[in-house]
Amino acid sequence: MSHWPLLSLVTFVPLVGVAFLLMTRGEGAVVARNARFIALWTTLVDFALSVVLWIEFNPNTAQFQFVERANWVNLGGFTIRYHMGIDGISLFFILLSTLLTLLSIISSWDIIQVRVREYMIAFLVLETLLVGLFCALDFVLFYVFFEGVLIPMFLIIGIWGGENRIYSAFKFFLFTLLGSVLMLLAILTVYMQTGSTDIQVALNHTYPLYLQKWLWLAFFASFAVKVPMWPVHTWLPDAHVEAPTAGSVILAGILLKMGGYGFVRFSLPLLPLASSFFTPLIFTLSAIAVIYTSLVALAQTDMKKLIAYSSIAHMGFVTMGIFAVTREAVQGAVIQMLSHGLVSGALFLCVGVLYDRLHTHEIARFGGLVERMPAYAFVFMAFSLASVGLPGTSGFVGEFLILLGTFRVSTLECALAATALFLAPAYMLYLYRRVIFGTITRADLRNILDLSPREKLVFAPLLVLVLWMGIYPTSFLRPIRASVDHIVAQAHAATDAAGMRRASLP
Amino acid sequence: MPHLAFSDLSPALPEILLAASAMALLLVGAFRGEGSTRLVSWLAIVALIAVLAVAFAGGSERRVGFYGMFVTDAFALFMKSLVLTGSAVAILMSIRYNEEQGIGRFEFPVLVLLATTGMMVMISANDLITLYVGLELQNLALYVVASFDRDSPRSSEAGLKYFVLGALSSGMLLYGISLVYGFAGATGFADLARVLAGGAAVSPGLIVGLVFIIAGLAFKTSAVPFHMWTPDVYEGAPTPVSAFFAVAPKFAALALFIRLMVGPFSPLIGEWRQVIVFLSVASMILGSVAAIAQRNIKRLMAYSSIGHVGYALIGLAAGTAAGIRGVLVYLAIYLFMTVGAWAVILCMRRNGQMLEEISDLSGLSRTRPALALALAIFMFSLAGIPPVSGFFAKLYIFLAAIDAKLTGLAVIGVVTSVVGAFYYLRIVKVMYFDEADAAFDAPIAGELKGVLLVTALVTLFFFLVPGPLVGGAEAAASALFLR
Repeated sequence: MSHWPLLSLVTFVPLVGVAFLLMTRGEGAVVARNARFIALWTTLVDFALSVVLWIEFNPNTAQFQFVERANWVNLGGFTIRYHMGIDGISLFFILLSTLLTLLSIISSWDIIQVRVREYMIAFLVLETLLVGLFCALDFVLFYVFFEGVLIPMFLIIGIWGGENRIYSAFKFFLFTLLGSVLMLLAILTVYMQTGSTDIQVALNHTYPLYLQKWLWLAFFASFAVKVPMWPVHTWLPDAHVEAPTAGSVILAGILLKMGGYGFVRFSLPLLPLASSFFTPLIFTLSAIAVIYTSLVALAQTDMKKLIAYSSIAHMGFVTMGIFAVTREAVQGAVIQMLSHGLVSGALFLCVGVLYDRLHTHEIARFGGLVERMPAYAFVFMAFSLASVGLPGTSGFVGEFLILLGTFRVSTLECALAATALFLAPAYMLYLYRRVIFGTITRADLRNILDLSPREKLVFAPLLVLVLWMGIYPTSFLRPIRASVDHIVAQAHAATDAAGMRRASLP
Repeated sequence: MPHLAFSDLSPALPEILLAASAMALLLVGAFRGEGSTRLVSWLAIVALIAVLAVAFAGGSERRVGFYGMFVTDAFALFMKSLVLTGSAVAILMSIRYNEEQGIGRFEFPVLVLLATTGMMVMISANDLITLYVGLELQNLALYVVASFDRDSPRSSEAGLKYFVLGALSSGMLLYGISLVYGFAGATGFADLARVLAGGAAVSPGLIVGLVFIIAGLAFKTSAVPFHMWTPDVYEGAPTPVSAFFAVAPKFAALALFIRLMVGPFSPLIGEWRQVIVFLSVASMILGSVAAIAQRNIKRLMAYSSIGHVGYALIGLAAGTAAGIRGVLVYLAIYLFMTVGAWAVILCMRRNGQMLEEISDLSGLSRTRPALALALAIFMFSLAGIPPVSGFFAKLYIFLAAIDAKLTGLAVIGVVTSVVGAFYYLRIVKVMYFDEADAAFDAPIAGELKGVLLVTALVTLFFFLVPGPLVGGAEAAASALFLR
């Protein structure tokens, strides 16, 4: 298999599906049906290919694997290469992307009834861009994928979204665009320093401290909006509330990880001194994010908004872990991102289940669902607990490693973040009680239907993965470990060489 | 006085050929009467293509003619091919439109040919006098073309406005030229370069002259604060004319701008760069902010073009080969996306009436999915979102700006591009998110379909093979710096 351009295949197979989708002709219903099946098969194949990637992956090295290289533009010294490759960090993000896209397609099978073909095209294009983003080893290539993601997501929110979709779509697009254009300038500055847009070349270069600070801030502008960190998080609740269910799944599951991935892949190894310099800033913002957004989540009356705010709190953990720059914390941050991808995706699907039946995500509209929907109550319970980090679920592994790693750097930060350990159960269980328990008061809830086989099919793999990651995390930690250790060791070497005290809060 | 040898004329062969074909077509039209419009239009397109072929056959090495007043090189070739393409497409798009609007007269293609001749002379100018002759030849033809729909008050107003402001700018340019001549004692670019490179202190009079020249050229490129005519003229002129204005004259003026600034005036970069940076910043800000409130899509495109000139000027402000390469890549990509967008505007016709409001595009993705997709591609490209071509245009510009340490300018550029993205997205929103309006008239003219198909494919798939264009721009830009 090693001769195959496996990464290109995983990246561009969805586009083959798009080509087929564009060729479908005929009556509306037939086109819709064919479109669903084409999208299903494409994402299935793509997921299978990404599993092959996992099997073939060598977990013992921090080197980039499955590397592909080809010249793209080579003129006037400004060379852009088509350079793809993955390490332990990117591997699981690719799997997460292909899995969640597949589940999104299945979950929107009957839900989406208008413009089905366009919907499927948008998701497949999105999949290509997301996978490509995690594979790219050339800055310009990375940037093309990174910013290209905005187009399909803008359309998904704007066309298939809720009432206030246009405002949300614009807010999403412009917020994230403003962040990423500054990164473009940073990328060009890096090119001026190294004479190459190749990420590997850039990683082996040392930049003067003052330049690192500027570059770091430019990258930060882009990634912080994507993560999103407080106070630039305001686009997220809006986007989530208005996006269709599958859009929310991809948004929370993968798009938010683009920011965290960027921090691990670029900010930390590329600009170790600036990362160290700005650690107090990150710690402060992360602590605020964890505490403030948890409290905000407690006050929400809309389920999707509540989960959106909980995402911000969880991602606060991630940013804190990354910039603690210890092996445990960074590994934990990566695991936490994967876990959050699965769990928040599943939670949005849970909300989607109710939305399909009653067309609302108002918490007050529900209550006593356990009587009519036992299977649903079980699934919702499982993912709620995973979200709050119950031992045995994936959420625990990530949070534990992050707290452990951060404790070594800053006790105070660790203590502040640890408040989430009781704030998160507070808002999740409060939500759960209001929706699932209590007595049925509304007539339309009395004949609400439990999960359909299709819905169970969507939740099953997520549940298995959440438990697997919680009970035996080694399967996931092993490929990640070598790459993370390498990055952390490099960052430490750089700060030690510069004689910098690793700055942090007390 | 030595007599003019053929070898001296040969660099201007494409221009001579084009002028001769314009005359010949004028005769064809005059003898065959009003019914000959279609024939003359197609012949004009053939003539433009033939001239393009002749220009390419002439090669890209630097040749000077007319006692050093006229020059042709790789840079001229690149810009001329853009201008010729723009003119040919403008004529192509005008055929059906003019017939349907009842202004299908054969003078239109002839005037476009004459204007194009003027532009080519501008591009190849190697002397301030040649520059002025080319510019006026272009202007006179354009004044008429702008008011070509002579029974429409809007079109007449556009033509008049363009004439008055154009004459003013020509006056400023001429005044600047006279000052430069007075203080430097030369009009030839080569002589000017020699005088200025001498290292002697430059007199303030020369600087004033330079600023006047820049102001005159800024009028022609519609850079802020000399942009006031643009929205009115774009709105009032017949739509194919607006499309023509958005590309060819702008390219010619920018070519002239570049040749002057990095050529004879390159020793004065410290002086002119400030002016260009100001023009660039003002154009980018105004182009993106003022467009937000527009309801008329032709006015919106006018502000869009103002903004895009601002981006192109970033490359000129860098003043390096990389910067000029950026400008050339930008213009080539801009040609395709802008022409494509105008082609869509030309399709906006309901019950025989041309529509110009943005709201008329409502729900276009349902009534005309292919047309909506094409316009969406152009809008994302104009906004500079990857992977469509507009992103690469901005990439090369910003690369040059960072290279030249113009980081502040680059930051303003990217921030205004986000503001600009808002109004481009608004068009996508109207087409994709809003309820469907009645469908546009079908079928779309074959010529328009062809233009749309080619421009959309080039814009969408530019990233697959960017090599030829970037390579051409690279060669063209470096030709200016070989000395």
